[in-house]
Amino acid sequence: MQMARVIGDVVATCKDPAFEGIKLMLVQPIGADGKDVGRLLVAVDSVGAGVGETVFFVRGREASYPFHPAEVPTDAGIVGIVDQYTVADLTTRS
Amino acid sequence: MLLARIVGTVVATTKDPRLVSSKLLLARAVDPKGKAEGNYLVAIDTVDAGVGETVLIVSGSSARMATGLKDTPVDAAIVGIVDQVDVSE
Repeated sequence: MQMARVIGDVVATCKDPAFEGIKLMLVQPIGADGKDVGRLLVAVDSVGAGVGETVFFVRGREASYPFHPAEVPTDAGIVGIVDQYTVADLTTRS
Repeated sequence: MLLARIVGTVVATTKDPRLVSSKLLLARAVDPKGKAEGNYLVAIDTVDAGVGETVLIVSGSSARMATGLKDTPVDAAIVGIVDQVDVSE
């Protein structure tokens, strides 16, 4: 899993029927310092995350497991909203 | 999942039998503003997308979970046509 910032959302009317009722969020992966790492991507949301929040997301077909037994064709899914985290130098971020 | 723009079509007569009658499209990743960046990839279309449209592409083994792609040898599938992208930051 990886931490990310939710920076926006995506609207798609014509989509795989399994996506019906599922939010699609635009996320930017970040590192421990809060800085952007790598490319942004679109992830499904199963926890009610909102724009501006720090979340963690899972990659691969495991991303569809929160919706089991529905087979949602996704390779990225937000599975948690980060309240705060601590890095080795004991600085706390939120 | 990736945001990508459809830039062309791919025709292949000789292919895996499980891909017969699948539509192959050539797509290129884009940023939320629509600027092309990164690689081109060939993806199976499951939502009737066309050239010039911005789409959502699912990659890896999850692509096989798209409608009609069960047990097919694919690692990229088009699963949505993007109407709008809102970036709030």
